[in-house]
Amino acid sequence: MTSNRTIKVDYLARVEGEGALHIKIRNGKVQDAKLKIFEPPRFFEAFLRGRQWTEVPDITARICGICPIAYQMGASHAMENAIGVSVDGVLRDLRHLIYCGEWIESHALHVFMLHAPDFLGYQDAVQMAGDHPDVVKMGLRIKKAGNEIMKLLGGREIHPINLRIGGFYSVPTKQELKELRPELEWGRDASIETAKFLSGLEFPHFERDYEYVALHRPDEYAILDGRLISNRGIDIAIPEFEGTFEELHVPHSTSLHARIKARGSYLVGPMARYNLNFAQLADPAKEAALSVGLGETCNNPFKSILVRAIEMVHAFQTALDIVDRYSEPAEAAVPVKPRAGVGAGCTEAPRGICWHKYEIDNSGTIKSARIVPPTSQNQGCMEEDMLHFAGQNLHLDDDELQWKCEQGIRNYDPCISCSCHFLNLTVDRG
Amino acid sequence: MSKSQKAEGPKRPKLAVFKFASCDGCQLSLLDCEDELLDVTGAVELAYFPEATRATLAGPYDLTLVEGSITTPHDAERIHAIRRQSKYLVTIGACATAGGIQSLRNYANVNSFIDIVYAHPEYIDTLRTSTPISDHVPVDFELNGCPINKYQLLELISALLNGRKPNIVPHSVCMECKRRGTVCVMVSHGVACLGPVTHAGCNALCPSYSRGCFGCYGPKETPNTNSISARFEALGLPPEETVRLFRSFNAGATEFHNASLAAEHSKPK
Repeated sequence: MTSNRTIKVDYLARVEGEGALHIKIRNGKVQDAKLKIFEPPRFFEAFLRGRQWTEVPDITARICGICPIAYQMGASHAMENAIGVSVDGVLRDLRHLIYCGEWIESHALHVFMLHAPDFLGYQDAVQMAGDHPDVVKMGLRIKKAGNEIMKLLGGREIHPINLRIGGFYSVPTKQELKELRPELEWGRDASIETAKFLSGLEFPHFERDYEYVALHRPDEYAILDGRLISNRGIDIAIPEFEGTFEELHVPHSTSLHARIKARGSYLVGPMARYNLNFAQLADPAKEAALSVGLGETCNNPFKSILVRAIEMVHAFQTALDIVDRYSEPAEAAVPVKPRAGVGAGCTEAPRGICWHKYEIDNSGTIKSARIVPPTSQNQGCMEEDMLHFAGQNLHLDDDELQWKCEQGIRNYDPCISCSCHFLNLTVDRG
Repeated sequence: MSKSQKAEGPKRPKLAVFKFASCDGCQLSLLDCEDELLDVTGAVELAYFPEATRATLAGPYDLTLVEGSITTPHDAERIHAIRRQSKYLVTIGACATAGGIQSLRNYANVNSFIDIVYAHPEYIDTLRTSTPISDHVPVDFELNGCPINKYQLLELISALLNGRKPNIVPHSVCMECKRRGTVCVMVSHGVACLGPVTHAGCNALCPSYSRGCFGCYGPKETPNTNSISARFEALGLPPEETVRLFRSFNAGATEFHNASLAAEHSKPK
């Protein structure tokens, strides 16, 4: 093995969007690791200017086909914050419920179809289904259960049409929600089985001392709202985001890199939430985590697949609880009238916090928009992981090292379409 | 033995999925066929589909699905290479078929857009416009929708692999409402609805949720946009609202583009 190598992945597979990875090894040391994002920019923040406040949930959904709810909800919250209304009670429950649906479909897609094949040595889930048909079929059924929630509450799985500022266009009947129940119960138990199956995988020994950032609420595992906290002392309200975090534009990426001012990279997503909010997980999720030996903290990003399974248990249980206490509200949305103002909103997308800010005038016309997606926040951690991880694994040949590094990027379930503002891997050993 | 391992059987047609500027939602529609996915992959070989697999097979491909619009000089070149490798090339979704929501740049100065989003405009290499695939290469079939309907995608794959025409009707969302018995939101509630001019395929989703159609499936065959614009005016909709309705996910579709310009020019009235 030469001490100078280049590991290149020109088009990273099993991620959403277009990116590359380039790792440069000189004199037996990793000199540089770059996640190159070449997803073409689509300029959402620019063309939102001049559009109407009511259009934002539908337009921003198109940032991402995998997590449209994260955009619809963050945009709605920001607009409601600007206008000075809040959506509580049953309508908040329904928002929480459809978000659980998105977590389930997105996590199941990533766990079974995008990430598990790496651990088991398959190119994809279809190949994996040859040897593990029951696992893949279970995964598809879990994914479908999440999508059924999306369909009922949102109208369809991708780019739901039923969400608006203030709530919904129409709400389901008690009976319609009750019909989801058997599959949700099955899904919760299947997710516990999934966690057991995944706990038997071989995880690379790799831990780092990350700064985790997530939303936090004392009374629930925060998805919709809360305060932004970290394990190193950040504790701020959602509108204060810009005081603590900044975005940098680097030449190798059409996605902006987010960092904590003066401190650097931070990690968002399932591991951050789990480490900061373990106490708030639903009981079956906590029990499943402890029974598979995960512990209350997890600093190995390769185990994020296991954390996602635990979050699926949580999402199913939360969905069941909401279904059980639901009674049809009199109105599908709270009345909202535009007024000039600035508002921010932040929710926990499956991949981590997704922050929005809009300024509107009295007629509800958008003056400015800013959206910080989770993947742009994780880019720093992804590159640093590669510096360390590749460094520990230089004994591997190029093909093996490349695959392991790809797996290391997929730990983050990067959504590059979202962040472009994408992925392609090269290891350069000179 | 599973279908995925049928290496010894008859050669399966090669399916490729390519992405341009898009949200990934339309190609996700294939993975969202939870009940049918393993049957599909039993019938076709996933020769190129990076969102789902690391494995890649060289072309030519029997069926190529293209998602996304052309927005960079590199992509304007790449689509030609893909066309040369493809027996059938089908666009999936509003971006590939009409330019997508990102074609709103076509109505503005893209340099000012870059300045708004990026600190270093010099790092960004982008075209002035977002254009559909058919502006660049011949396309064999176009699937409408933002996103596409996954059952239409299954029908399309099945039809093309069996050498028949896909059974995908070009009539309006309005017809779908009548068929499912949804009360007209425009007639009974005065809600502006693009259903009469919008391509069917969603099964009239929005009206069934008590909202007007916002045209995410693009124009139907021979839409009467003048008539619907006049109706919107009679409902008291300001012309700029009509412009915005036509100018969204399918802004670049010829009929919607022309209708938005007509509404814009009607402003001084």
